Amino acid sequence: MTSDSKKLAEQAGAASFNKQRVIALIQKYGIVIVLFLMIIGLSIISPNFMSPTNIFNVLTQSSIFGIMALGMTIVIISRGIDLSVGSTVALAGVVAASLGQIGTATTLYYPGLHDLPVFIPVIAALAVGALVGAVNGGLIAFTGIHPFIATLGMMTIARGATLLYTQGKPVSQLTDGMMTFGSKIGIVPVPVIVYVVMMAITWILLGYTALGKNAYAIGGNVKAAEISGVNVKKNLVIIYTFMGVCCSVAALVFAGRVGSVHPGAATGYELTAIAATTIGGTSQTGGIGTVWGAVVGALVLGVLRNGMTLLGIDAYWQQIVEGCIIIVAVVVDMRKNAKKK
Amino acid sequence: MEDKNILVMKDIVKTFPGVKALRGVELEVKYGEIHALMGENGAGKSTLMKCLIGIHPPTTGQIYFEGNLIENYSTSDALKMGIAMIHQELSPVEHRSIMENVWLGREPKNKIGLIDHKKMYEMTKDVLKLIDFNVDPKTLMSSLTVANMQMIEIAKALSYNAKLIIMDEPTSALTNKEIEQLFSIMRRLRENGKSIIYISHKLDEIYDISDRVTIYRDGQFIGTRETIGLEINDLIKMMVGREVSEMFPKIICDIGETMLEVKNLSSGNRFKDVSFNVRKGEILGIAGLVGAGRTEVIETIFGIRPKTTGQVFIHGKEVKINNPADAKNNKLALLTEDRRATGIIPVLSVLQNVMIGSIKKYVKKNGLLDHKQAIQDTKEYVEAISIKTPSIYQRIENLSGGNQQKVLVARWLLTNPDVLFLDEPTRGIDVGAKSEIHRLITTLAGQGKSIVMVSSELPEVMGMSDRIMIMHEGRVTGIIENTKELTQEEIMTYATGQATKLA
Repeated sequence: MTSDSKKLAEQAGAASFNKQRVIALIQKYGIVIVLFLMIIGLSIISPNFMSPTNIFNVLTQSSIFGIMALGMTIVIISRGIDLSVGSTVALAGVVAASLGQIGTATTLYYPGLHDLPVFIPVIAALAVGALVGAVNGGLIAFTGIHPFIATLGMMTIARGATLLYTQGKPVSQLTDGMMTFGSKIGIVPVPVIVYVVMMAITWILLGYTALGKNAYAIGGNVKAAEISGVNVKKNLVIIYTFMGVCCSVAALVFAGRVGSVHPGAATGYELTAIAATTIGGTSQTGGIGTVWGAVVGALVLGVLRNGMTLLGIDAYWQQIVEGCIIIVAVVVDMRKNAKKK
Repeated sequence: MEDKNILVMKDIVKTFPGVKALRGVELEVKYGEIHALMGENGAGKSTLMKCLIGIHPPTTGQIYFEGNLIENYSTSDALKMGIAMIHQELSPVEHRSIMENVWLGREPKNKIGLIDHKKMYEMTKDVLKLIDFNVDPKTLMSSLTVANMQMIEIAKALSYNAKLIIMDEPTSALTNKEIEQLFSIMRRLRENGKSIIYISHKLDEIYDISDRVTIYRDGQFIGTRETIGLEINDLIKMMVGREVSEMFPKIICDIGETMLEVKNLSSGNRFKDVSFNVRKGEILGIAGLVGAGRTEVIETIFGIRPKTTGQVFIHGKEVKINNPADAKNNKLALLTEDRRATGIIPVLSVLQNVMIGSIKKYVKKNGLLDHKQAIQDTKEYVEAISIKTPSIYQRIENLSGGNQQKVLVARWLLTNPDVLFLDEPTRGIDVGAKSEIHRLITTLAGQGKSIVMVSSELPEVMGMSDRIMIMHEGRVTGIIENTKELTQEEIMTYATGQATKLA
């Protein structure tokens, strides 16, 4: 080969290398690009979209299922799934609300217990969520039952418990303390602050603790993890307990925003949380996923809903579009992972 | 007919984005010939076969089958022409019968278009007769052994009237006896004028069964040779491109005090009354036929399988091991037999695969992980045992088998074990990488580690071990010093239960 043709070949090689890199980058950050395109598109079509009020609106609306998606990310990374999270939000929500009522409420749950300091309903909510999660984790770890089935059962149980607890009636008229979770500090809504704090916690948990590394290993190959000395059972219990705690936090935000919790609250939220996680690139086959993915996924859904509402698109159509986006996201993701093989 | 080629592949080039997998390779297969393909992993054998059966059409090059140029065909076209492949990983429809598996997708129909089960039954009997396999066509696939499933695959190939059958490492999951059966069927097919392309890493099999062998290296055609008269060293040289001077670089090292002692260990019906010990710096080989209970013994010591009786002593102290975590805390390590199923975590990086065994070591006082230290340690091991990977952040599934195995060795070395259990440490690893793994094992023994190595390859056991324990049907039939006088035949007499000798 002459030096000239060699050079040409090298250039051709470099060009194709660059092209591949661009493709790899697009695949890696595809969903972020989609989010940006959506934001740019919406801000052109609807000037209201980029107003601070609306931005915070989107974030606030995304916060509840966004927080749930954070826990769901760790669950799905460990090759699990949690269908009980919507019901858990409702159960933790009604318990917290029942301990967070004002004295003048028309229907007091605990006539002797009203106007309690806010930490009491908060701790109650956290305890309920953690307990439900721990039971899920324990069932999955110690009986070997598939997470889909275990949490499907828990979904119904927790909803039943919520109805039983409330006798089917909503719990309303909450204290100022409880209402803080739906209020604002300056112009920043509290749900957004809570969401960001939960992001940070999950990010640290997943990236910088033994639990995170173990979750990836369990999802990637549970047998290999076990033989390497990972305590799979203990880790599963903690993973689902953290999922439950995320539900508790989401429940508090829900109570604060709505001002009451009805026993049918958060129905179907488990699917939104799973959708956000999935759109964010967390793989159902386990071992793959990031916190940022869950955040971006939740924002894609949030922006989509907000944008379509701003554009006056029929709510029924919104659901169809959402469904399509989930499917497309998974197809793109599968291709990305298949290419690496 | 004798010298005519059934298949000619010429100047086959196959490029994938960024990779030139095949750089103009050749293959000529005669009628009635068993033709072996050899080469290290990544040499291009599998890609070439995928080009042949229509999974990936070649980028350039010609394929002539029975004298006709064939182009742009699918796998089902290839089948119709008479090219069938028996894949390494069989994928039968497990909960259906043999006959439904053989005729899947082309079931015989009766007049009104429903499946004619009676006819299917008879047709299946006929093809099974071709390979002398006497089994009821209504038997469920899931009840068959791997060897028998392979027979069904061959029968299925014959049911397509295949003239050229490709077998990709068919013996990797078979016992010696099953291999013999497979070979006799292959010889019979050859007599009937069928051609077979045979892919294997096992040199002795190549010599046993093949007429000619074609060698590839790095996507290039190296040569085709008659098997008879081909020196084994020349064959290896052609494959790896250099001489592998020492196949088993066993270094004599100082053997110290007893490190691990197992007394009267049993686990249900799998094995009974197993006693042995291994000393510091010693390599104990465990030989035996498939199903002798060798893997089970190791798994029981390691806490994967429950023991029914027996005791395990480490440094003379009895230890209770109920799970792998206990085993690790007692400084035991285990490289499992099935690297993909129980060893690597495919989607995770080399780094994460290495550190997963030592997570606790990296937890700092504040509960967070010391990534810096983990990265540094991993890099050290990657260098020390020369793991070939673009970076420690590479997914382990993108590495070659030999390098994956080394990553797993690194995982365990990081736990600083005293005793390493190695279950078939070189299975599915090509010749060059094999000798590197062997050198690594010897080096570890030299550092005072105790090694317990299960292997089905007798030359490996005899080349590496200080002592050899042999098992037969769940019992130890021999523990013998490995001397130069020891022969494969002697080991086989113990392995088949014809003799016992307990030192």
